[in-house]
Amino acid sequence: MSSANTIVQLPDQSTAQLPRKHYLNQELGLKSWLLTGDHKRIAMLYLFSITFFFFIGGAFASLIRLQLLTPGSDLLAPDTYNKVFSMHGIVMIFLFLVPSVPATLGNFLIPIMIGAKDLAFPKINLLSWYLFVAGGLFILAAMILGGVDTGWTFTTPLSTHYLNTHVVTAALGIFIAGFASILTGLNFIVTIHRMRAPGMTWFRLPLFVWGHYAASILMVLGTPVLAITLVLVALERTIGIGVFDPTKGGDPLLFQHLFWFYSHPAVYIMILPGMAVISEVISTFSRKRIFGYTAVAFSSVAIAIFGFFVWEHHMFIMGVSNYSALVFSLLTMLVAVPSAIKIFNWSATLYKGSITFETPMLYAFGFLGLFTIGGLTGVFLGSMGMDVHLTETYFIVAHFHFVMVGGMLMAYLAGMHFWWPKITGRMYPEAISKLAAVVTFIGFIFTFFPQFILGYLGMPRRYASYPPEFQVLNVLSTAGASILAVGYLLPMLYMPWSLKYGKIAGNNPWQATGLEWQITSPPLTENFVETPIVDHEAYDYEWLANQTEHEVKTVG
Amino acid sequence: MDSPAIATVNGEMQAEAHAHPAYLRHHFETVEQQREAASFGMWLFLLTEVMFFGGMFMAYLIYRNWYHAAFVAGSNTLNIWLGTINTAVLICSSFTMAMAVYSAEKRRRKSLVTYLILTIVLGLAFLGIKAVEYAEKFELHQVPGASFSIEQFVHPTDPKAVALAPDMAEKTQVYFSLYFAMTGMHALHMIIGISILLILVVRALGGAYTEGHMSTIENFGLYWHFVDIVWIFLFPLLYLISRYR
Repeated sequence: MSSANTIVQLPDQSTAQLPRKHYLNQELGLKSWLLTGDHKRIAMLYLFSITFFFFIGGAFASLIRLQLLTPGSDLLAPDTYNKVFSMHGIVMIFLFLVPSVPATLGNFLIPIMIGAKDLAFPKINLLSWYLFVAGGLFILAAMILGGVDTGWTFTTPLSTHYLNTHVVTAALGIFIAGFASILTGLNFIVTIHRMRAPGMTWFRLPLFVWGHYAASILMVLGTPVLAITLVLVALERTIGIGVFDPTKGGDPLLFQHLFWFYSHPAVYIMILPGMAVISEVISTFSRKRIFGYTAVAFSSVAIAIFGFFVWEHHMFIMGVSNYSALVFSLLTMLVAVPSAIKIFNWSATLYKGSITFETPMLYAFGFLGLFTIGGLTGVFLGSMGMDVHLTETYFIVAHFHFVMVGGMLMAYLAGMHFWWPKITGRMYPEAISKLAAVVTFIGFIFTFFPQFILGYLGMPRRYASYPPEFQVLNVLSTAGASILAVGYLLPMLYMPWSLKYGKIAGNNPWQATGLEWQITSPPLTENFVETPIVDHEAYDYEWLANQTEHEVKTVG
Repeated sequence: MDSPAIATVNGEMQAEAHAHPAYLRHHFETVEQQREAASFGMWLFLLTEVMFFGGMFMAYLIYRNWYHAAFVAGSNTLNIWLGTINTAVLICSSFTMAMAVYSAEKRRRKSLVTYLILTIVLGLAFLGIKAVEYAEKFELHQVPGASFSIEQFVHPTDPKAVALAPDMAEKTQVYFSLYFAMTGMHALHMIIGISILLILVVRALGGAYTEGHMSTIENFGLYWHFVDIVWIFLFPLLYLISRYR
């Protein structure tokens, strides 16, 4: 085979047309959206809501960075600063990161990828969106009424005894939004088990589905524990029960155990769907089957299982026994194994692939680099000696932002660009989106890399002011954050623009193999005209080439 | 075919009626698939409930080991007779619920409605007895919080009871915190269950569930039995600590 043939020709888009009827124009009017059972429309409802909350959380982030531009507390009073970083954390984690990929792309794509007409429970899917919005409104209410300043971790007895802010309102909001997450996870698991098209065996599922399956297990098993923990905190504040109250014999450390039993797996709830996106993007733009498909699929499940047994590494400095800390330290390092399996397999997929550099691929490359740094610093923090030195400093802040923002948000944007033609039927503008991907990457590095150094030098997190010798690095970080903000605002401008002015995409603009690319863009309300019968593995580019030839013959 | 499920389908759809009864939702291929999905979903939901209550059982396990004496003293103040009667009431309600599922299966509308109403009555009886017990705790200052009094545990009036040191007596608050949190969450599940039962009764009167499609009743039955089983754990753990003395 000559080398000229290895780079795939993308299809000619000049003749592409939108289908006459699709899920967006099947029914019109607000009511048809608010009462819809269509998983694709619910995904769009989620997309609007989480974008709204992302910008609220982003506004708080900007305030934090502006405040930290100078050593003194010049912009915000320390009390206000506490509220600002708490609201930033609560909004970004519970109202953006947890639902980000699963509730939008997952909702949209999982039924299509497995060849189903919808999720197993469309009404429950809609209910989950309403719960999410209700939870979001409670958190907004807490914010408007005067804020909450516990940090996103609701640490007792600070949250139960010493603060006079809207802790119960915010906790209630998270409780309700948590049920949205449980119902989404439940819906995904049942759908993946029971709704697969004929021939769609477990090992023919796209890795996107495997990643979401693993994340759903975590949502279903972890979130209820957070729910009961927040109920106990609320009961302690309102009627004075004493499960976490040392004056009544309760133990605040128990709160930490219960909270992190959810909140550590929550990190994997956030990252696994991101990894799921990356598998699809890397395979498509290398035109190769994912190297070690089975290993990548099982590594998702392994992360989900190991993820439940590492929570205590958040508590090494809280007086837990040294022996249990030792065990949890080892288990924590074990999580690095399945994560590394993914990174190595993606790299091996790239090796000798026919790589092209479309925007989703640029974001995916950003993910690979940033997630690797975030993941490796996680191994540092998993070892007890380092953790005692670095915990509660900016090193931690940098570490989880590398994973959550550098990893998850990059993956989210990769996925958004990748499936935008499928969701809307139109292409985003390629040149400016490439610019946005590069700007985001550069802005991110400048924002968070200095924070590793700051943390290593000992700058504690969650303080409104800092000694003047830390200013240079903080200014660098704030400057980086401004670049990062541009990187996030650009898609906000060109994505809506493309809805009207983007080029019409056609069914399969990337020559990708998934079932979602074999149907119209945007899809019909019922997804498939007839139930597909699957007779090939996922990422079978040869099958796709045969399909295309066949298509040309019959149309011609 | 003249099964009752198909008799209700209107004329226009009768051509399709053989393959698609009216209750088959459009995104499922077969009735069997729809039924399996619903049942699997319910079991998963019950799994989340296990995790929800699991947090409190974990707390119970730890504190009972730490403050055993306080847990014994707290447990002995509960009214064992009311607790036992409530256990019996709840087991009976599980039986009537099982009979309701059976009636739906046999397509007997009247007995379905009767058993559902009986389940509601038994559920309300449980909540009533629970309310009596709660009221008693308020009167005896055994509700954690400002009005809680350790006096009764330091200087017990009952000659058979063991007096606790003030330090340990303080810890009875943890016992009562867990008592109220666990039975309270259980009661909340009962209230939700009874509300759903009311809807089921109205729908059953309208003719639903007795025409072949009964997975709603079946799955609600699972929920009701789950709530029952939680109580089967709560009763010995809360009421029966070292009762033999």
